[in-house]
Amino acid sequence: MIDPQKIVFGLDSFGDIPTDDANKLMTQAQAIRQVVTEAKVADELGIDVIALGEHHRSEYAISSPETVLAGIATQTKQITLASGVTVLSSDDPVRVYERFATLDALSNGRAEVVLGRGSFTESFPLFGYDLSDYDLLFEEKINLFSRLLEEGTITWSGKTRAALDGIEVFPKTEKGHLATRVAVGGSPESVVRAARYGFPITLAIIGGSPKRFTSYVKLYQKAAQKFGTQTAPIAFHSHGVIADSDEEAMTLAWEHIRKSMVRIGNERGWVPMSRTQFEQEVKQGSIYAGSPETVAQKLAAAIRQLGAGRFELAYGAGELAATKRLRTIELYATKVIPRVREILAEE
Amino acid sequence: MAETLGILGAGKLGTVLGQLAVAAGYNVLIAGSGSKEKIELTVETLVPQAVPTTAAVACQQADTIILALPLGKYLTLSPSALAGKTVIDAMNYWWEVDGPRPDLTDPHRSSSELVAAFLKKSHVVKAFNHIGYHDLFDEPRPHGQAGRKAVAIAGDEQKYVEKAAELVERFGFDPVYAGPLAAGIRMEPGSAVFGANVAADELKKLLADFEKTKRGKEVFLARKKAERN
Repeated sequence: MIDPQKIVFGLDSFGDIPTDDANKLMTQAQAIRQVVTEAKVADELGIDVIALGEHHRSEYAISSPETVLAGIATQTKQITLASGVTVLSSDDPVRVYERFATLDALSNGRAEVVLGRGSFTESFPLFGYDLSDYDLLFEEKINLFSRLLEEGTITWSGKTRAALDGIEVFPKTEKGHLATRVAVGGSPESVVRAARYGFPITLAIIGGSPKRFTSYVKLYQKAAQKFGTQTAPIAFHSHGVIADSDEEAMTLAWEHIRKSMVRIGNERGWVPMSRTQFEQEVKQGSIYAGSPETVAQKLAAAIRQLGAGRFELAYGAGELAATKRLRTIELYATKVIPRVREILAEE
Repeated sequence: MAETLGILGAGKLGTVLGQLAVAAGYNVLIAGSGSKEKIELTVETLVPQAVPTTAAVACQQADTIILALPLGKYLTLSPSALAGKTVIDAMNYWWEVDGPRPDLTDPHRSSSELVAAFLKKSHVVKAFNHIGYHDLFDEPRPHGQAGRKAVAIAGDEQKYVEKAAELVERFGFDPVYAGPLAAGIRMEPGSAVFGANVAADELKKLLADFEKTKRGKEVFLARKKAERN
C-alpha cells in the first residue's frame, strides 16, 4: 500500500464540448479555452495532473494536446502537463519528442507524454496510415521513442519511418529525461510491452469492476521482473462527475457520461447502456458519480484494490455544462481527494 | 477426467473465458497467434491454472475450441486442425480492429456462417459474442441463483448446440437458444442483443424483436431482395 499522502490525483479531458451559461453548446475554440480555465483552477486547488487526450472527431475539441498544454504551461505553476493519450502509432516519434521536450521547457519540467494506441482509429486514415499495420506501427514507434528518451545520438532503422543515422534531436530537457507513461485499455500484450520498456502504466478502466484489473497489475509487475526493468505504482483513469448530492450527480452522469458512451457504442454496434447497467456501473463498476463522500468511498476502495499510486478522473464527458465541470473539479480537489487520503490512512 | 478446452486468442476475451473455464473445472489450453513464449507470462498470470500453448497443440488436444481472436483474422485458422471439433465462435466484427470489411457485415449471412463455411469439417456454434468481457468476468452465478445472466447460442446441429449450452451453463450463465447459425446475425453488432447483459427472459425478448431494430430491418430487406432475384 502506497502512502496515502503520496497518491497522485489528476484530471483528464478530451476537450468535450460543454454548454455555457445560456445552455448553449460552446464552439470548439471556446471548449479549448474552457479546458485552459479548468486547468488553472485545478493548479490553484493543488490537483497534481491535467491530462489531455488526442482525438480527431467532432465531439472532442482537442486534436493537439501539447498545444493546449503549452497554453496551460504559461498560466500554471505546479500541475503536471500530460497527454492522455498521444496516439503514437499515427504520429512521428521524433516530432512527439520535440513537441513534448518543448512543453517541458515552457513548463519548467512539468511535461509528461502518455503514449497509447488509442481506442479510436480516425487518426490512421487522416495521417495516411494503414490500420492493418496497427501492431507494427506501435511496436516500432515505441521502440524508437524509448531510444529518443535517452537524449543522445541515435541510430535507428525500421519499416515505418525514415532511418536515423547518428542523429541528435532537440531541445534537450533539463532533467535529461522526458517523463513518459503508456496507457493501456486492458490488452495483456500492451501491459507486457510497457513493462518491457520500463514505462509506468495507466489503465483505462471505463467499464466493469476495477477488480478485473488486479491481475493486470500483477502481470505488469511479473513482466517487469522478467525483463529486469523498473516498475512504478500503476495509475488508472475512469469517468465521473461530482456534485453536491448523489441525486444531482446521478442525473448529470446519466445525461452526459452515459450519452457519450452510448454515442460511441452505437458506432460499434453496441446496445445502449440500460438504466440497470448504468446504476450497476455507478454502484460497483467504473463510473464515479456522486456526492464527494460517495465518490471518495468508491475511489478509496478502487485505489486499495489495485494498489494504485495515481488516479485520473475524466471529468467532463458529453455536453456537461461548464459550471458543472468546474463544480466537479472544485469538489474533487477540496473534498474528495483529502477524504480519499483520510480513508486510506484509516485502514 | 476433466474435459480439455482450447481457447484460441489470449487477449481480453480469451483470458476472461479462460478464467471461467478453469473455474468450471476444465483443463484449459490457451493459444495466441504466435509462439507459446509470447503469451506465457500473460496466461501464467491472468489464468494461472491454464496451459499456454500454440494453436496447433490446442487443436490437437482439445475436442472443444473457443475462437476468441479478432474476426478479421478467421482465415488464419486451420480448417484441417479444427476438423471434427466443436468450435465455439465468440468473434465479432469490430471495425476499430478489423478495418473496413464489407464481407464481415454482409446482411445476407451471419459472420458465424462465414466461419462455418471456412471450417467445413467443424461443428460451429456461436456463443459468448454478445456479452462484454467485463460482464463475463463480473457476472457468473451458480445455476438457479437470482439475477443470473444469459448467453445466447446459435447453431445448426442440436448435439453441438447442447455442448455449447453445457459450457455456458458451467461458466455461470443461462444458455438461451437463438436459432440456427443463420440467426447468429441477431446476436451481432447492431442488434439489440449485442452488449446485452440480461437475464434469460429479457434476452429471449431481445432476440425475438430483432426485426424491429434498424439492423434487423436492413437484414430483412436485403434478404427479401435476394430472394426475389
